[in-house]
Amino acid sequence: MPLEPALLPIADVPFEWTYVRSIIEVSLYVSLVAVALSTLFSLPVALLVGFKEFPGKGVLTSLINTGMGFPSVVVGLLVLFAVSNQGPLGELNLVFTREAMIMSQFVLATPVITGVSLAAVDAVEENVRDAAFAMGGTRFDVALVTIKEARYGIATAVLAGFGRAISEVGSVLIVGGNIVGPEGHSKTRTLTTAIQLEARQGRFETALLLGAVLVALVLLVNAIVLRYGNGNDGGRYR
Amino acid sequence: MTIQRRGFLAAIGGGATAALAGCTALSSDGGEEAGPEIEGETLTLTTTTSTYDTGLLDELNAPFQDRYGVTVDAVAQGTGAALETARNGDSDVVMVHARSLEDEFMENGYGVNRRDLMFNDFVLVGSPDDPAGIEGSDEATTAVSAIAESESAFVSRGDNSGTHTKELAIWDAAGLGPEDFGEWYTEAGQGMGEVLVQADQQGAYTLADRGTYLSMRDELGLEILVQGPIEGGPELLMNPYGIVAVNPAVHDHVNYDLAMAYIGYVTGPEGQEIIENYTSNGEQLFFPEALSENPNFRQYVPEEWEWSDSDDE
Repeated sequence: MPLEPALLPIADVPFEWTYVRSIIEVSLYVSLVAVALSTLFSLPVALLVGFKEFPGKGVLTSLINTGMGFPSVVVGLLVLFAVSNQGPLGELNLVFTREAMIMSQFVLATPVITGVSLAAVDAVEENVRDAAFAMGGTRFDVALVTIKEARYGIATAVLAGFGRAISEVGSVLIVGGNIVGPEGHSKTRTLTTAIQLEARQGRFETALLLGAVLVALVLLVNAIVLRYGNGNDGGRYR
Repeated sequence: MTIQRRGFLAAIGGGATAALAGCTALSSDGGEEAGPEIEGETLTLTTTTSTYDTGLLDELNAPFQDRYGVTVDAVAQGTGAALETARNGDSDVVMVHARSLEDEFMENGYGVNRRDLMFNDFVLVGSPDDPAGIEGSDEATTAVSAIAESESAFVSRGDNSGTHTKELAIWDAAGLGPEDFGEWYTEAGQGMGEVLVQADQQGAYTLADRGTYLSMRDELGLEILVQGPIEGGPELLMNPYGIVAVNPAVHDHVNYDLAMAYIGYVTGPEGQEIIENYTSNGEQLFFPEALSENPNFRQYVPEEWEWSDSDDE
């Protein structure tokens, strides 16, 4: 694909480094914050549900698992209704902002992180928890022991949630608006919405290039998390 | 155990603080220097994919942003969606190209101070082998009738955009409607660029605005088969763009002042000159029409609007 700035005034823009860097930053910022908040919410829920036996636990678990497949466009629409100036959160002026994108990705990532963590917590043997209790641990200590035992499962949960968040395009497009500010600085354009824009304009090469960047990014985050998980094997809570 | 627990809590607290700090740092973006009151404000413009994908908006908005020290957030949607976003009070100004929808928007009280902005035209494009033989048709209606008769593939935007509205108006003028569409007629439900790509891949016909077609021509094997009025084609294929501010009496939080400054800028000499000089692949994409020595009152009111009608409402 020849790039002659004089002849192709738009085609050369996506290759500008500030542009690419800023959409990578927005992608990472939105997805990492969403996943961090989601983890803070999901982990206690997973521990609570995992520890307790109560009627309707099965139903709740299947509800959470169903949430993993919730269509992102629908989530985007619901968040848009909430943050729109006509909606309940209209006063906050969140429409077409990164905060709104974080909200929708939070909604998307939470069932994934909760569901997979729950499975991991459930898989921790009962006697491990009993032993922790027997050693005089409080409920909180037991929770920490369980987290430690289930850490690979939880890391997988967080990574799955991150994968769901950073790769989805439907909701961030609706609530974010795919906006780029002056001088090619992304405001709410992520890698996925940028790919969609390139594809819309028939520039499949640049779309694929951005796709490769996205895959590389996900790979990098996976590598960091798994490496951190292994490095932690010395036992912080041991 | 206790020490470790504290460490764990600190980690959680630290994470939350970092996340919150990130949010606040973000919302205070821009406007760090003390300047005129307007500086650092944001204007949300909802517009069509055609003005955005051709690259015109980037060109048009940069001088405005520099002059006022503000940011223009341009959100590219279809005309229908752009107006709907404005109806919900989520944008300050709308730049679209479907007069009937703009009129409805104004009649419902959501829009004020509409101006004619610029125009280009629509063209019927298709693969060079032209199975329906529409090349060189004098009328758009005879061309679409030929497409329907030969049941040649046609890709419609199908997204309530300005182009989609125009397409339906052309079918209508040819005496055809949705009941006449068979399997050869597909609705893509996507933007102009995506539809051009689809039509290209399927060897289908489609209606495109000249601007988007020209800016993408190099990526496509499609050719113009029926010209619009700019190249001497039928008047029916005219594609006028209008700009409307969102009514601050309906949505009191909209940035009306800035919206009017923006309308003033794009319909003024500087904005109109940028539109005039904007080219892609050496061809002019849009033709300014806001500056005129002679009054053009029709641009401010719905097209069919009459004094007598207004008494009944």
